Amino acid sequence: MSSIAKKENLVYQRPALRTEKEYSFCPGCGHGTVHNIILEVIEEMGLQEKAIGITPVGCAVLAYEFMNIDMQQAAHGRAPALATAINRMMPDKAVFTYQGDGDLAAIGTAETIHACNRGENIVIFFVNNGIYGMTGGQMAPTTLPGMPSSTSPYGRDVETMGGPMKITEMISQLDGVYMSTRQAAHTPAYVRKLKKAIRQAFENQQARKGLSFVEIVTNCASGWKKTPTDANKWLEENMFPVYPLGDIKIDGKLVK
Amino acid sequence: MAKIKGEIIIDVERCKGCHVCVPACNFKCVGVSPKVNSKGYNYVVFENSESCTGCANCAIVCPDAAITVYRTKVE
Repeated sequence: MSSIAKKENLVYQRPALRTEKEYSFCPGCGHGTVHNIILEVIEEMGLQEKAIGITPVGCAVLAYEFMNIDMQQAAHGRAPALATAINRMMPDKAVFTYQGDGDLAAIGTAETIHACNRGENIVIFFVNNGIYGMTGGQMAPTTLPGMPSSTSPYGRDVETMGGPMKITEMISQLDGVYMSTRQAAHTPAYVRKLKKAIRQAFENQQARKGLSFVEIVTNCASGWKKTPTDANKWLEENMFPVYPLGDIKIDGKLVK
Repeated sequence: MAKIKGEIIIDVERCKGCHVCVPACNFKCVGVSPKVNSKGYNYVVFENSESCTGCANCAIVCPDAAITVYRTKVE
């Protein structure tokens, strides 16, 4: 068997742009998978020298520890504003933001919507797990109706707390958005689809087409108080009906 | 007939025992070890090695990129 494990037979290994540091995310966290795919795409497209990632606050901020490219941290929710500035100062760079739902859909709603409306030439990765992961599982705008969290222990009551905010559908209505899509990353098939979407987003960015918005619906095993495999099952059963996967806007035209 | 054969190498210390890779394999080549690594996680092991095709399904879903995949054609 050891005859197969040779350099010329290599099919997959840890992305070269990953730092040596081990991910500090919880076991089974979707962030790790999404990090890997983004780094693979950056590597395949040869954008190492051009890519500038913006991380805000939340679990997503840790990306700068693991991505061996230029990174900058923004204030909570303000990643699209900082990305706008960097993109305007250095228009030939590949600027992207990597944000969670507590960041992009709550405190950063205004920045997100206005960056989308201006059609800044950036890529926004929106990792949606329906909860505030880093701070201890509080309710986020994207939390599902009836879903318990540490600040809604009896489940989210839609009458008093509102319903889940579908940011990707909202921003797709804006003319500045060139591409918007919703993907997942917990099974091999979804990972392959997500990789295509991320590649398309960076290609749009390089062709200066406008803003590309990629939402990734992931789990938060710790926040949901489940094992990683149970969390992925729960994700398919409960998150997907509320956040249906697929392209919403392609080449500046709504497809859904 | 030529056959595709694969092999995976698992970085046991990077594995966090989430076991997301276990259902990802169609050939049941990834199993859970009763042993734990230095962090205390039940890491995964390569088993049923004759069936592995080197499709990399286990590796691409691994959040910690702990799996390296090799593939070759055997005549």
